[in-house]
Amino acid sequence: MELIQQLVNGISLGSIYALIALGYTMVYGIVRLINFAHGDVFMIGSFVGFYAVTMLHVGFVPALLLAMASCAVLGMIIERIAYKPLRNAARIAVLITAIGVSLLIEYVTIYLRGAQPEAYPSTLMPDRNLELFGVVISSQSLFILGTSLVLMVLLQFIVHRTKIGKAMRAVSHDAEAARLMGINVDNTISATFAIGSALAGAAGVIFGIYYTKIEPLMGILPGLKAFVAAVLGGIGIIPGAMVGGLLLGVIESLVSGLGYSLWRDGAAFVILILILIFRPAGLFGKNVREKV
Amino acid sequence: MLKVDGIDVFYGNIHALKGVSLEVNKGEIVTLIGANGAGKTTLLKTISGLLKPKNGDIVYEGASIAGKAAQTIVKQGISHVPEGRRVFANMTVEENLELGAFLRKDKEGIQQDFANVFQLFPRLEERRKQLAGTLSGGEQQMLAIGRALMARPKLLLLDEPSMGLAPLLVKMIFRIIQEINESGTTILLVEQNAHMALSIAHRAYVLESGRVVLSGTASELQASEQVKQAYLGGH
Repeated sequence: MELIQQLVNGISLGSIYALIALGYTMVYGIVRLINFAHGDVFMIGSFVGFYAVTMLHVGFVPALLLAMASCAVLGMIIERIAYKPLRNAARIAVLITAIGVSLLIEYVTIYLRGAQPEAYPSTLMPDRNLELFGVVISSQSLFILGTSLVLMVLLQFIVHRTKIGKAMRAVSHDAEAARLMGINVDNTISATFAIGSALAGAAGVIFGIYYTKIEPLMGILPGLKAFVAAVLGGIGIIPGAMVGGLLLGVIESLVSGLGYSLWRDGAAFVILILILIFRPAGLFGKNVREKV
Repeated sequence: MLKVDGIDVFYGNIHALKGVSLEVNKGEIVTLIGANGAGKTTLLKTISGLLKPKNGDIVYEGASIAGKAAQTIVKQGISHVPEGRRVFANMTVEENLELGAFLRKDKEGIQQDFANVFQLFPRLEERRKQLAGTLSGGEQQMLAIGRALMARPKLLLLDEPSMGLAPLLVKMIFRIIQEINESGTTILLVEQNAHMALSIAHRAYVLESGRVVLSGTASELQASEQVKQAYLGGH
């Protein structure tokens, strides 16, 4: 029974990682860039949700939507200002820029509001323990899982059924051929950043509700772990990010459940090392040769 | 219909096209032949807006399109079937065709064009739900042409449609190019297979190291000693 509870916790945690990992993987898929500022977009989402709840006194859904919208805009601004001018530059230049953007967001946030943490109001989503088949499950875990699943289904719908989704897949496969179809590559890249960042914003709000405490540097570790999740599933592959995130969450929960909670954070990086040694393309990736 | 007027195109420091001029009239098949690296693909990419000319002008239906964005040019009725087909391998045949009609909003017209493309290439209808990456080379070429036709172009740019195909398939593709032309689409065809290209074209240009060295009707070029020597295997 204990094991099942740990699994449920792990899946909830994992669904947060999965939401963040989706942004990494979508952006990588389309511009071959690891957007290291992504974890900080997640942090901003968390704060926007927090201020929406405490200052505007709105409920969960409006706070979530507000956080998603703000992060979408932030993501597009980051792309236009920081990455677009470097589209034809060496990859290392873009990577360093991404780290710079990450630090900028963290410290501008600290400059504006200070480094002190905040606590998400527990009234936002009261936690009750439900007993299902003899297993005690927190209602929050289920709610988090539910919200994440809705967002992931929505994403799948956008990517596979809508025009912008098809444009995103076309650009990610072959940007020049996509231009010949009349697809506006710049706008498609913007949309990808917007959608990925919105998911990170949602993850930020959910994280706040689940862990209560939020602070300006909170994005670093979940960001890195979500990056590991994206690599685990196969960077650039959307279902890979979902599975990678869930798997990572479950592994972490099991590690702490077995009594090694101090090793919890280490687990993610052990996984990263193992996957890079044994299956660098990720669980869902095919080993593709570089095209000449 | 299309008039390329003395364009210079650079790839970094490489002067790929040197004052190239050519003209395509409505209803024609014009072919551009030349060896590897002569600048044929560069010329097509410049017409379709993937590259910008440094000097010179490209006039299409009376207005300059030189340096315009690719999507503007597609919208005005020029579609480009790129070298190496470049189909979206991870998407289905149907999705590839939908992307060809990306800028169009007339649902009925798009359905009509689906039917037209499937009539031209029945094989694509059979493979409608299959991923483009699983198609054979010939089928991918059909898909690349079909995808371009979904934009309902007035001018179709074809880059090496015979590349890597078996002779029988090459014949079939060329027959279909003629059909497309007969149904009212003007065609600018780039080919290394000069023999096939000249057999269906009305007029032709020969490109060598970034310059037009010869032009004329297809039959004139077929008869020219220079072309025979260099491109038709000397007989």
